[in-house]
Amino acid sequence: MTDRQLIAAAGAALLDEHRDLTAGELLALAALPDAQVPALAALAHEVRVARNGTTVELEGILSAKTGGCPEDCSFCSQSARFDSPVLATPFLDRDEVLRAARETAEVGATEFCLVLAIRGPDERTLRRLEELVPLVAEETGLQVAVSAGILTDEQAARLAAAGTHRYNHNLETARSFFGRIVTTHTWDERFETCRTVRRHGMELCCGALLGMGESTDQRIELLEQLRAVDPAEVPLNFLNPRPGTPLGDRALVEPIDAIRWIALFRLALPEVILRYAGGREVTLRELQALGMTAGINALIVGNYLTTLGRSPDQDLAMLDDLRMPIGALSKAI
Amino acid sequence: MYCAGCGRPPAECPGCLPPLDPPRHCHECGRRLRVLVTPGGWTARCREHGEQVSERQT
Repeated sequence: MTDRQLIAAAGAALLDEHRDLTAGELLALAALPDAQVPALAALAHEVRVARNGTTVELEGILSAKTGGCPEDCSFCSQSARFDSPVLATPFLDRDEVLRAARETAEVGATEFCLVLAIRGPDERTLRRLEELVPLVAEETGLQVAVSAGILTDEQAARLAAAGTHRYNHNLETARSFFGRIVTTHTWDERFETCRTVRRHGMELCCGALLGMGESTDQRIELLEQLRAVDPAEVPLNFLNPRPGTPLGDRALVEPIDAIRWIALFRLALPEVILRYAGGREVTLRELQALGMTAGINALIVGNYLTTLGRSPDQDLAMLDDLRMPIGALSKAI
Repeated sequence: MYCAGCGRPPAECPGCLPPLDPPRHCHECGRRLRVLVTPGGWTARCREHGEQVSERQT
């Protein structure tokens, strides 16, 4: 098959036959030459519009408890095991959380995620979340998401009862590569928490981090594993190497390769909310608008957990130029 | 002025703070800062030299 035929066949599978691409088909698309990436992106955009429309969802995120994490995720500046310049700080007070949520609402976002650098919530933390989730929702009108690590069944039930709209728990990388990145918990523990979240009726936000040294095969493996947990949202992160972490010296993903993988994520997961997340500014540089026409349909707006993003005004202007309206999304049925 | 990235004096580091990072160390004493990053800005507090606040990002 020629490159053009490969892309056409993928389009026919997704848009006419309404079937998922196989791992073999995704691998073949991943091997397309750089010159074919814009054509691949165009197909991903067509699939995104057909399945999800043109609306883009904006979300603000807040590190509500920073650093001092006992886990050893090699990419993370918040692990207590690495000599990172990020100073550990306790759970923010309610006024600080509400201020951040209001900043999020002011730019037109509909989702706000409270993120905690912990293995999983203890009783005190869970009670704080049970207080904050409904409070933020009531005070700002935002849908509130939580990211607080590994959950038990009972903890998931309590967060769902508190009104948590979405729970974030990333697989980050393929099962076969995970042990090279994290040793303090297993991929299977993450997978189980994802299933627990779904079981309790919260939307699952389950993301990926590309650029840690994983192979193409392992990225395809991850896509199949994401399909297995069936997330509503997939935040797509690119490694922004953090000083003091074991991955601090790794090179950035090449911009054209980032576009290739955005498109492949959309083609593999046609109905998810595919969100631009950490590392997009440093990885994509001038190609950020191209990602929006390669399958992305959601953004983290403003700053990240411990690093800065570009200004919300720049993203809003980009979406206006692209004629992409802002609004809340739910996974297409 | 100490490096806002690593806290070392200027003779040892000409400045290593990545471009999209808030300050991590106090310019005046090199101590690590308590940094709060929010969607629209950041504040960084030194226990000796007080608080720096970003310009509001709009």
